[in-house]
Amino acid sequence: MLSYLLERLLQSLLVLLAISLIGFVVFRYVGDPVLNMVGQNTSVQEIEILREDLGLNASVPVQFWRYLGKVLHGQLGLSYRHARPVATLLAERFPATMELALVSTLFALGLAIPLGVYTAIRPHHWLSQVFLGVSLAGVSLPTFLIGILLILAFSVTLPWLPSFGRGDVLRLGWWSTGLLTLDGWRHLVMPAVTLGLFNLTLVMRLVRSEMLEVLRTDYIKFARARGLGRRAIYFGHALRNTLIPVVTVAGLQLGGVLAFSIITEQVFQWPGMGLLFIQAVGFADLPVMSGYLLLVGVIFVTINLTVDLLYLVIDPRLRVALILR
Amino acid sequence: MKRILLAVGLVAATAWAAGVFTATAGAVTFRWTNDGDALSMDPYMVNETFSLFTASNIYDPLVMRDQNLKVRSALAESWKNTTPTTWELKLRKGVKFHDGADFSADDVLFSYHRVLSQGSDLKGNFANVVSIEAKDAHTIVITTKVPDPILLSLLTTWSIMSKEWAEKNNAQEVTDVRKGTENYATRNANGTGAYMLVSREADVKTVLKRNPNWWGWKDKSLGDGNVDEVVFTPIKQDATRVAALLSGDVDMNYNMPAQDVARVKSAGMKVYQGPELRTIFIGMDQKRDELLESDVKGKNPFKDKRVRLALYLAIDEDSIVSKIMQGAATPATGMVVKEVTGFDPKFKRLGYDPERAKKLLAEAGYPNGFSVGMDCPNDRYVNDALICQAVVSMWAKIGVNAKLLAQPKAQYFPKILSRNTSLYMLGWTPVTIDGLDALDNLLLTPGEKIGRFNLGSYSNPKVDEWANEARLELNAAKRTKHLQDALDLAHSDVGSIPLHYQQVIWASSAKVDLTQLASNYFEFFWVKVKP
Repeated sequence: MLSYLLERLLQSLLVLLAISLIGFVVFRYVGDPVLNMVGQNTSVQEIEILREDLGLNASVPVQFWRYLGKVLHGQLGLSYRHARPVATLLAERFPATMELALVSTLFALGLAIPLGVYTAIRPHHWLSQVFLGVSLAGVSLPTFLIGILLILAFSVTLPWLPSFGRGDVLRLGWWSTGLLTLDGWRHLVMPAVTLGLFNLTLVMRLVRSEMLEVLRTDYIKFARARGLGRRAIYFGHALRNTLIPVVTVAGLQLGGVLAFSIITEQVFQWPGMGLLFIQAVGFADLPVMSGYLLLVGVIFVTINLTVDLLYLVIDPRLRVALILR
Repeated sequence: MKRILLAVGLVAATAWAAGVFTATAGAVTFRWTNDGDALSMDPYMVNETFSLFTASNIYDPLVMRDQNLKVRSALAESWKNTTPTTWELKLRKGVKFHDGADFSADDVLFSYHRVLSQGSDLKGNFANVVSIEAKDAHTIVITTKVPDPILLSLLTTWSIMSKEWAEKNNAQEVTDVRKGTENYATRNANGTGAYMLVSREADVKTVLKRNPNWWGWKDKSLGDGNVDEVVFTPIKQDATRVAALLSGDVDMNYNMPAQDVARVKSAGMKVYQGPELRTIFIGMDQKRDELLESDVKGKNPFKDKRVRLALYLAIDEDSIVSKIMQGAATPATGMVVKEVTGFDPKFKRLGYDPERAKKLLAEAGYPNGFSVGMDCPNDRYVNDALICQAVVSMWAKIGVNAKLLAQPKAQYFPKILSRNTSLYMLGWTPVTIDGLDALDNLLLTPGEKIGRFNLGSYSNPKVDEWANEARLELNAAKRTKHLQDALDLAHSDVGSIPLHYQQVIWASSAKVDLTQLASNYFEFFWVKVKP
């Protein structure tokens, strides 16, 4: 068990190294940050001095080596745009993205699993058809369109919900939470729905198709023949067996949602990491982009590791296989 | 049960009543938004309009611009030239910083040293200043190298900071990324201005609160606003920003997309549309013997004035203004707008005449036209890429085949600023609101500090001569004449092809009353909100 974990950790470190190297090379072509840091009347000499001082005239391998050295000392550098430490900026923005991602994933999974089970159990019921049809909207409409439509409907036409931002947040140490205030929840509703709609459809259809397949298997037939109650069959046996692919997908989606909520954050001006990143790209703010990429790599690697461990919890056969290795 | 219900009802009613009555007696809050934010609260960090006017609400300069863009007194009450190269300024008495400290000449001297430190982007404004000294606690003397008629214009963007505050918080130097640590002045401010900084979260929310001790509130021509609290929340996405205004989440939108103006007007909002100081124009490489990106070998078509004029005449600027800019622009008659010194109302566009353009091209030796590469930004100016596409199609009609490369500004500016271009689009705002700034940067023969943005290296010795005469001329009327002559000649010589003057569009709810300036400066002390 321990050796398995260590092996996975080593793999993760290699992945992180590869991500940061590729990112670094690609960012060379993003543009010139120095011109964004000064006004139009700044002299050429000043700009050249600034470029030299920031180390941007060195070759890519040298720059990457210096960067790696700093990262291993825990320093992610200063943002060119904000002139503040990248680590502080990411830490300030992380709670917003985390809360949005969690709430939207909970919303998606919380609805998707029951709906998926229902549409599998009663495939020909009219309610099932309605759920399946409406869910198509979640997959086919682009995120920003859903977001803007929601704003149009619930902020402009019906003044029920606020159109942007995160609202009042409470600071608990370094974490800022919007989950403890009514204003925070009002601001969270539309972004969470927008972000979660795609996941909802995906997981619902996945659960549905897995359930349909499991329900046709022999052991379910035998269980029914044995006289087991419906709840015991559907939720005790069938659902449990469909969960492995669902957990995999949900894990990947959570990672995706954490890392790439950029569009939703931009539409709702949600002060999270995605918005920070997209603004950094426009500014060619290299330290923030590299720091963000590294953080996203860590998040994905952690989630994948957790998912692998969850497999062991769900499926007893894998535990045995691991012990026998 | 009934008694419990009665008690609850009474409490709820009282709470509601209290809410209603405290709301009407409350402070006047003004909430506004824009697509971007100021880079920092440090007033010397970057020489860029948005950051500068944000600072101008918290800090005061020595002299400032009034509602008509004329220079007027601020922290300096009066001034005179004791010699052509010395200016003596008398400072206002009884002014205090937000933390209670008194303002004096020491703070001005300190600010001068700070603005020259590494990391400051406003150094260029002081290129001609030799020294700033204090004659006494409320008088300072500025000495310049050569007589500078527009010295005061250069001081209008220079915020005066507190020496004590900066020393106490280790902010004697300007915010500089190279230092490796965060500077206190990035998120904190202490000025003498109309509003005090309460909290700052870059790109999220910045809150300002009225400074009741500001000297300007007593001056009726200056401080007639009634706003107690200013809350700024940037919203990057255009659609969300407009929705926020329509839904009442914000009171004012500093950057309205032209396409939403009709919608917002029909919802009962006020729209403020007026000319900005920015001129959008097209530049051409007139230096190289052979263009970098063209099929014409052995010679440079842009060196021939007839070719440049042909390109100018082929552009239907009225259509661009009405169809692409949707009326939110004015066709340019030269390189500067009417508020800028050196503008002449008699200037006229050279015309729209595609037939004549074709004849000129044939005369110049290009009867079948030619092809050339064109550079354009796509996220810098209003509708920049669309304008370029329209211009390209207009030139195609006279036989000039321009291959358009539209890029985001982060890639576009490095390319053209290294003069790696044959044909490009640029926008220019003269920060001193003076024609010499446009000439120096865009039209004079490039030299060590001159012609920095004259990326095609247009060069006309007569234009240079007139501009240099204006530089040292202290007589305002003569100076303006020199500037007008220089700009007129550069225009008829087609040194560049001016397209239009951008307009700035703001929108606010009906209960807001504010002043819009062509300089795009937004002073909160001129904002009135009806309760």
